[in-house]
Amino acid sequence: MTLHPMIAALRKHKAGVVLISLQIALTLAIVCNAIFIIGQRVQRVNRPTGLQEANLMLVTQQWVGAPGGDQPGDNDKLDSMLQADLAALRAMPDVVSVTPINSLPLLNSSWNGSAALKPGTDLRGGNARSTYYTGDESMLGTLGLKLVAGRAFTAADVQHRGFRDQGEPPMVIVTKALAEKLFPQGAVGKVMYLDGSSTPTTIIGVVERLQVPGTGSWTNGFVWNSTLEPIRLNANFSRYAIRTKPGRLQAVMKAVTPVLYGVNPLRVLDDDSVKSFADIRAEAYRADVGMAVLMGVVCLILIGVTAAGIVGLTSFWVGQRHRQIGVRRALGARKVDILHYFQAENLLIAGIGAVIGVLLAVGLNLWLMHRYEMDRLPVLYVIAGVAAVLLLGQAAVFAPARRASNVPPVVATRSV
Amino acid sequence: MFGYYLDLAVRSFRRNKALTVLMVVAIALGIGASMTTLTVLHVLSGDPLPGRSGTLYYPQVDPRDNSGLMPGKEPPMQLTEIDGFNLLRAKKADRQALMTGGSVPIQPDSAAIDPFYVEARYTTADFFAMFGAPFRYGRGWDAADDEAKARTVVIGSELNERLFGGANSVGRTLRIAGGLFRIMGVLGDWAPSPHFYDLNTGSYGYAEQVFIPLQTALDLHVAHNGSSDCWGNGTGGVGSIYPSATCVWMQFWVQLDTPAKAADYKQFLIQYSEQQKALGRFMKAPNVRLRNVMQWLAYWQVVPDDVRLQAGLAFGFLLVCLVNTVGLMLAKFLRRAGELSVRRALGASRRALFAQLLIESGVVGLVGGVGGLLLAMFGLWVVRHQPSDHAPLAHLDPAMLLTTFLLALVASLLAGMLPAWRACQVAPALQLKSN
Repeated sequence: MTLHPMIAALRKHKAGVVLISLQIALTLAIVCNAIFIIGQRVQRVNRPTGLQEANLMLVTQQWVGAPGGDQPGDNDKLDSMLQADLAALRAMPDVVSVTPINSLPLLNSSWNGSAALKPGTDLRGGNARSTYYTGDESMLGTLGLKLVAGRAFTAADVQHRGFRDQGEPPMVIVTKALAEKLFPQGAVGKVMYLDGSSTPTTIIGVVERLQVPGTGSWTNGFVWNSTLEPIRLNANFSRYAIRTKPGRLQAVMKAVTPVLYGVNPLRVLDDDSVKSFADIRAEAYRADVGMAVLMGVVCLILIGVTAAGIVGLTSFWVGQRHRQIGVRRALGARKVDILHYFQAENLLIAGIGAVIGVLLAVGLNLWLMHRYEMDRLPVLYVIAGVAAVLLLGQAAVFAPARRASNVPPVVATRSV
Repeated sequence: MFGYYLDLAVRSFRRNKALTVLMVVAIALGIGASMTTLTVLHVLSGDPLPGRSGTLYYPQVDPRDNSGLMPGKEPPMQLTEIDGFNLLRAKKADRQALMTGGSVPIQPDSAAIDPFYVEARYTTADFFAMFGAPFRYGRGWDAADDEAKARTVVIGSELNERLFGGANSVGRTLRIAGGLFRIMGVLGDWAPSPHFYDLNTGSYGYAEQVFIPLQTALDLHVAHNGSSDCWGNGTGGVGSIYPSATCVWMQFWVQLDTPAKAADYKQFLIQYSEQQKALGRFMKAPNVRLRNVMQWLAYWQVVPDDVRLQAGLAFGFLLVCLVNTVGLMLAKFLRRAGELSVRRALGASRRALFAQLLIESGVVGLVGGVGGLLLAMFGLWVVRHQPSDHAPLAHLDPAMLLTTFLLALVASLLAGMLPAWRACQVAPALQLKSN
C-alpha cells in the first residue's frame, strides 16, 4: 500500500485531520504528565518509614490541671505521672513494649534543628538538618528500628527534662543517612553538636532508617535525617508509642483509654487520641492518594472521550466514502485492503498527533517543573504514552473500519 | 426564524443520536470537571474578610542574629513577644491586636460533661472590632481589661451551644485551664476562611471557641500551640512553658485606613528596627514587610498546589473535550453539505445558514452546560465528602453558577463557529448536481 493516495484523500479533510491529531496530542500530553504525577505520588506513599508499622499504635493525651512546668519540682511531678502511665501500659496483657515519644514519622508534628561537626555552628558548612525523636530505652524495640552499628539506649542513659528546657543529651542514636552525611568513615563514638550548642553529643548507635514526622515538601532536604535522644519529655501532654502482640492491636486500642483513666482520671483523651500507625499513614497521605485517584479518573475519561471522538469522526468518513469504497471493492480490492486502509490512515493521523503530543508533553512538564516542585518526565513515560495513543487509535478505528470493509462492491453501481 | 432553526437542530440531533449524545456528554464532562475544580480554587483563594481585608496589615520585622538557623532574606513569619508588645504599645495604627493560639481545657460545672479541650486564641482587645467579629450576646473586652489581666472570656457560638444550649451566657463563669473566667461575650457564627490571622494552626475550617486576653493567658501559663521559630540560644528558658526571647511565636495585625497611613507605618517599622539595632537587640539592617491580608495569603501560598494542579488538569480536559466537539461538529455539518446547498439554492443567505448552524451548536452547548452543572454539583458533593479540612467549604455560589453557564455557552459557540463557517462555504447548487 502506498501512502500517496491516503495523503491525497486526507487533504480533502484537512480540518478533521488537524482536529483529531490535536486531540490526540493534547490527550498524550495531559495523560503522560498525569500518569507521571500518579507514579510519583504512589512512590511517595509507598516509601517505608523505617518503622515496623504493623501492631504499632500511638496514644496522645493531655493532663488537666497538671503542673505548668515553670515551678521547681514541676518536672519531677510530671515525670512521675508519665512513669505511672508507662507502668500501667506496660502491664497490659497484649502489650509487647511501650515508649514515651514526642512524635512519629508521618505525624506532622516535629522538633527540628541542626547537627553540626563543630560547637556553636548551625546550618553552615557541612552540617545537616535533622529531626529529633525523644524516648526511653524501649524506643528502638517499640518502633522496630534496625540497629546497624553501635548499641541501643539502656535505662541508665535516659534522662528527663521539661518540654522547653534547653540542654542537649550527652548521647544519641542517628539514622544511617545522617551518619553518612556527617561521618562517612563511621559515626559510632564520634562527637557532634546539636542546634548550635557547644555541649558535645556522642553518637552511640546508628539505625538503618527512620523518616521525619513532616510530610510537606519543606522536609525534602532531610527526610531520612533523624536523631534519637534518650529523654523523657515532661509537659502537660504526653505521647506513647505501643507495640502490641500480633493481631491484638484492635483489642489494645479499645482497652487503652480505660486503663489510662484508671491511672489518673484528670486528663483528656478524645476520639483522635488513640491511633494505629495505619491510621496515621492513611491520614498523612490522604491528599496524595486522593490526587492520584482523581488524576487516574480524569485520564480514563480523557482516553474514553478521545477514543469516542475517533470512532465518531471515522464513522463519518466511512459514511462519506461509502461510494468510493464500493468502487475500490468493485475494482478488485479485498475486504482486508479496505480495513488496512482505514487502519493505516488512523496510524498516520495518530502518528502526527503523537509527534506534536510528545512536544506538548515535554513542554507541559517543563512548565510544571518551573511552577511546581516536579521532576523531569522520564523518557519511558513518553514512549509508553506514544505507544498507548497509537494503540488507542487502532482500537478506536477498528469498528468503523470493519464496517467500511463490509461495504459490498455493488454500492459502486448504485447512485445514492 | 429562531424557532425554525431550533426545529432543524432537533431534527438533526434525531438523525445522529449517538453523535449528539457524545458531544453533549463530552461538553458536560469538561464543564463539570472544570467547574468543580474552579469552584474549589475560588473558595480557597477567596477573601476571608471582604471589605475589610484591604486595610488590615501584618507587620514583620527581623530580630534575628547572624547564626543563620532560619535562612532566607524574608523576615520571620511571626514576632517575638518583646517586639509584639513594643509595637502594640506604640499604638501607631488605627487598631492593633497582638495574638497567639493554643488549646485550653474547659472544665464544665456539670459533672455530666467530661473536661475537654477547645482551640483558643489569646489576643488583645482590638481583635473583635478590627476583624469585625459579630457578637450574638455581650461584647468584647477593652484595653483596660488587657492591662489588668482581667479574667474575662469571649466564647464562640459552638461552645455556647455545647455548654449553655445556646442561651445568653453573658455574666456566667467558666472554668478554663484551672482559672475562673467571666463570660463577657458570645460570638455569632464566625470563622474566616482561610484562617488568615494565624495560618500555623491550619488554613481552612478552623474556628477558635475561646478568646481570652493575651496577658491574662500568659499570666496563667496557658499552653501555647502553633509554630515557634528560634535562633541563637535555643528554644526556651529553663522552667518556662513559653518560647524564649529569641523565638518568634506571636502574630500582630494592624488596621491602617488609608494607603498614606500604611506608608507611614512601614516607615515606623524601619525606625523601630533601627532603634532596636542601636539598642543592640537587632543585628541586621532593617528588614521589614507590611502585607495586607490578600498579599499575606499569597505570600503564604495558602492555596494548596494540588488544587491549582487539579484546576489546570480540568481545563486541559475541557480543551480536549472542546476539540473533540469541534471535530465531530465539523464532520456532521460537512456531511449535510447537500441539505445546506439546497437551502442556499432556495435563497438562504450565508449569514442565515451560519445562524442556523450556530444555533444548533448553541443548543448542544446549553444542554451540555446543564449536564455540566449537574456534574459539577455532584463533583462538589464528592469533594465535600472528602476528609480534607477545606472540603466543607466547596459550595457553588451564584457567581460560579453564572460562570458555568457562560463557560458552557461560550465554549460550545466557539466549538460551533469553525464548523459552521466551513459548512457555509458550500456553493449553492454544486452539491445538487453531483447527486
